[in-house]
Amino acid sequence: MKKTDALIIGAGPTGLFTAHQLKLIGLDCEIVDNLDKIGGQCIELYPDKPIYDIPAVPECTGEELTNNLLNQLKPFDIKFHLSERVEEVKKEENNWLVKTSGGNSFLTPNVIIAGGVGSFEPRKFSPKECEKFENKSLFYSVKDKNIFKGKTISIFGGGDSALDWAIELSKESNVNLIHRRDEFRGAQATVDKMHALVKDGKINLFTKYQMANVHGEQTLESIDIKHDNDEIKNLKTEYVLGFFGLIMQLGPIANWGLNLNKKTIEVDTEKFETNQKGIYAVGDICNYPGKLKLILSGFHEGALAARACFKLARPDEKYRFEFTTTSTNLLKRLGKKE
Amino acid sequence: MAKITYITSDNQTHTVEVQNGLTVMEGAVQNDIPGIDADCGGGMACATCHVYVKDDWFNKIPKKEDGEDDMLDMAFEPKTNSRLSCQIIVSDELDGLEVNIPSKQA
Repeated sequence: MKKTDALIIGAGPTGLFTAHQLKLIGLDCEIVDNLDKIGGQCIELYPDKPIYDIPAVPECTGEELTNNLLNQLKPFDIKFHLSERVEEVKKEENNWLVKTSGGNSFLTPNVIIAGGVGSFEPRKFSPKECEKFENKSLFYSVKDKNIFKGKTISIFGGGDSALDWAIELSKESNVNLIHRRDEFRGAQATVDKMHALVKDGKINLFTKYQMANVHGEQTLESIDIKHDNDEIKNLKTEYVLGFFGLIMQLGPIANWGLNLNKKTIEVDTEKFETNQKGIYAVGDICNYPGKLKLILSGFHEGALAARACFKLARPDEKYRFEFTTTSTNLLKRLGKKE
Repeated sequence: MAKITYITSDNQTHTVEVQNGLTVMEGAVQNDIPGIDADCGGGMACATCHVYVKDDWFNKIPKKEDGEDDMLDMAFEPKTNSRLSCQIIVSDELDGLEVNIPSKQA
C-alpha cells in the first residue's frame, strides 16, 4: 500500500495543474488515470484542435497544452499510474483507502477527483447478447494477436484501428470487415491498402451493415449483420473485434456516496470539497452555482483544493500563503534555489 | 425562434421553443430534456448528442459537414437519418422540426 498526502484521479489539464499546486506547497501526490497516456480529453478528444482561452496563451493545441503542463511539473517528482481505473474509495479512520483496477492501493487523507466527464471506456456493440462473449471471443482491443491465427474474425469500424487490424490480421486469418457506410475515416493510404486486399480476396468487405446479433452457446459461432435496407446476413465467425472509439463513463465514482447532479459532483466553492470530508472534485466533473466548464476554471479549483488538502495532510502545521516570485521555500521546491 | 419536438425512446414528447442560433443540442440541454448527454459540449468530438431526424426533415436541414459522419460511426445505433444535434443550428426554417433521441448515447 502506498501512502501519499493526496491522490489525484485524472491526468487531464486540471489534474496536472492540481499536482503542481500540491507539490508547490510541499505536499506529495500521485496521479491515477484510466487512459494509457497523460492529457485527458485534451489528448483523447482534441489533440490537434487549437484552444484560444487559456490565460496568457493566445493559441495552443490540446497536445501542446498537455506538454506545457508537463514541463511545468518537471521540478517535481510525481508518480503516474496510467491505464488504471480507481475502483473503490473507502473510509479508513482519518484516511481514504483507494483501490485501482491495476492492483494498486493508496492510503491518503485527500482524494481529488479531476475526472473530466468520467473515465474513457471503449464504446460497445449495442445488442445485449454481445456481453456474453466479451473478452472471450469478442474484444474491443487486441492484446494477443496470435489467438487469431487461422481463424475467422469479423472486424467492425471505419477508423484506423479497424483498418490496421483488418490489414494485419488478413495475413494469417480470414477477415470480414464490416462498416456502417462506404466511406472510411482512416488514413487514405490505409484505406487504399484495405481496398486492394478486398480486390485480392484477402478481406471480405461489408459496408452499410451493422451488428445485429450474435449466436453460439459456449463459444461464438456466427453473427447477424443488418444492412441499411434491413436485409440480414449471417456470417460464420470465431472472433469479433469492435473499434468504435472511446466514450466517457462516470463508472465507479457513482458508488462513492457523493452528491451527484447528472454526471457531475456537487462541491463547495471554498475547498471544492464534496459532501465527503477529504474528497474534492475539480475541473469539468465538479458542479456549483455559476460553474463554467473551462480549463481555466479547473486551474483555479485545483489551486484551492490543494490548499484544503494541506490542512488534512499536515494537521499540526499552519499553511502559509507565499508567492513563487519571492518565497525561498517555493523557489527551493522549484529547484531555482539551493 | 423555432418550435422543436424531441421524442425520447420511451415515446415521451417534449416540444420547446429554441432561439435562433442555438443548436438543437443546446435546446435540449437548456430545457432539461433527457437523453442528450453532449459530453464534449458541442465540439463534434464525442457523439453523445446523437439524434434521428424525421425523414421529411432530414433533407431540409443543412447538410452534414466534414467530420460529422466520422463521429457518427461511433454513435450508439446510428441509422441513415442520424445527426449530431450539436451540428444543427436552429433558425426560423426549422420551426416544427422533430427529432428522436436514441435509447442510449453509449
